[in-house]
Amino acid sequence: MTAGVGRPAEAARVETPFRRFASDFLESRIATAALIVFAVIAFIALFAPWIAPTDPYDLAQVSVLDSHMPPGTEAFDGRIFWLGTDGAGRDLVSAICYGLRISLGVGVMSGVIAMAIGCAVGLAAAYFGGRVDTLIMRIVDIQLSFPSILVALVLLAVLGKGVDKILIALVTVQWAYYARTVRASALVERSKEYIDAATCLALSHRRILFRHLLPNCLPPLIVVVTVQTAHAIALEATLSFLGIGLPITEPSLGLLIANGFEYMLSMKYWISVYPGVALLVTIVSINLVGDQLRDILNPRLQK
Amino acid sequence: MTVFVIRRLMQSSVVVAVMSLLVFVGVNIVGDPVDMLINPEADQAEIERVMRDLGLDRPVHEQYGYFVVNALQGDLGKSFIFGEPALQLIVLRMPATFELAIAALLIAVVLGIPLGVLAGLRPEAKSSKAIMAGSILGFSLPSFWVGIMMIMLFAVMLGWLPSTGRGDTVPFLGMQVSFLTWDGLQHLLLPAINLSLFKLSLVIRLARAGTREVIHQDYIKFARAKGLSESRVVLVHLLKNIMIPVVTVLGLEFGGLVAFSVVTETVFAWPGMGKLIIDSLHELDRPVVVAYLMIVVLMFVIINLLVDIIYSVLDPRVRLQDASA
Repeated sequence: MTAGVGRPAEAARVETPFRRFASDFLESRIATAALIVFAVIAFIALFAPWIAPTDPYDLAQVSVLDSHMPPGTEAFDGRIFWLGTDGAGRDLVSAICYGLRISLGVGVMSGVIAMAIGCAVGLAAAYFGGRVDTLIMRIVDIQLSFPSILVALVLLAVLGKGVDKILIALVTVQWAYYARTVRASALVERSKEYIDAATCLALSHRRILFRHLLPNCLPPLIVVVTVQTAHAIALEATLSFLGIGLPITEPSLGLLIANGFEYMLSMKYWISVYPGVALLVTIVSINLVGDQLRDILNPRLQK
Repeated sequence: MTVFVIRRLMQSSVVVAVMSLLVFVGVNIVGDPVDMLINPEADQAEIERVMRDLGLDRPVHEQYGYFVVNALQGDLGKSFIFGEPALQLIVLRMPATFELAIAALLIAVVLGIPLGVLAGLRPEAKSSKAIMAGSILGFSLPSFWVGIMMIMLFAVMLGWLPSTGRGDTVPFLGMQVSFLTWDGLQHLLLPAINLSLFKLSLVIRLARAGTREVIHQDYIKFARAKGLSESRVVLVHLLKNIMIPVVTVLGLEFGGLVAFSVVTETVFAWPGMGKLIIDSLHELDRPVVVAYLMIVVLMFVIINLLVDIIYSVLDPRVRLQDASA
């Protein structure tokens, strides 16, 4: 971390690394706005069933008579479809709330699993070095030489559709980035004195790896988390749009967009456009937060 | 040098072997090969005949042997839908995909380098900030959605450009191409722009970073001191020096364009091999899927191998690093 060691003691507030980090982050108005937007999106995704005006997948609440309504139309029961309805008469506001839940859920979950695997593998490569390191990094290099969509395509062609399968594909696409990042910073950290000290204390490998080495590799990892999560969400949407990702029982934003695509030529633009806007805002806000994190955490740009 | 090439060749063969094993296991062990490899409309006699032909009555390791031997002979099975050899189907659609990818690459270079240089020359100007904001968008926007928006705007609302298919094609060097007819060119424009957006953002960033680095070099100062015109300094002295990283990265990224054309081809109904594999996945046309995956992976392995070898010729440090590892 960017520990504020050697700061003047007369500072009125105690300068903790986290406070300094937070104030650095809030310096950029764009990044702050992006963080707020992302917080709102995450909130909607978490509490979709309570926030959404209707449950779009409860057949009792959906009427085919309401299908293809343009935005702002009033339904028979007095509700207003602010963003219109899709081909099956589902309120798009509700569908987007539920879609966000699935898209974010799949993206974040795959990110967490990939991070866990990538960290463990990257740490092992840096810590043990030698043949283990060569083998792991060769695999990472080879995998990263293929574009993510091709890797996902191979896996999904072999595995088929399903939430678990798309998770496997997204994790496989991402883990190598985490492994490479963690290894790079762990290699730098490993040669520092505190690791020597810990080794002299005869601490177990596991303790040194996870309690001493890993926490000090966090800054670049945090940046990769944001970039990769945004990437995973976009990739899931793309695969679902192509019809090889999530099954129709899990209507993520990508599926909603695919669903609206067929109505595009008859000018019913809203069915594709609004879920797309939701996807876009999500991805851009995560990327903007990531950009600011990169600027703060990059030691070369430190003031 | 020879050791390095042999080492990389071996590594590439391992990758291809692992891939073939993965695809083989996926198709023949995880799923039911009878369902996957034999046309569901075939009668009992036909099923037994094909099973014997494919060696499905043999032990698994022998089956894998058959698969490899057949694949090496270019026989990756027949499509259920078209009744033609899968390999032939894909090879016939390759020109469309390559045409699209090359057009996208050209757009990325022709637009990206000037924009990037502009942004690098005056980093604080409003226009430069707009260019960089645009490139961030190009990185973040999912390309399938941008494609849909382009269809909506230019094809449906304004009606300027067609949104599906290749249009009129003419033979050129033994392949059917679109870019030589006016109709084909119109059809090519939207998909090519769509596919290029990501690479365009990449080129803008590379060109900008290169410009900002090169502009402070002594030879630029010297060129200015000589009294050369600003346009000559930028167009000759600067441009030549920023082209090296741009060309390297673009060479590497061409394979990526071919892979990502899966998305663009589906959105714009462009009849290339990317659309073919998505259609085949939907129709459970396994032999075509297997053939596509093997061909594209092989293509990547060859590109990577060539890049590695060229690098090691140009920069001996790559070789030494590899030997010491």
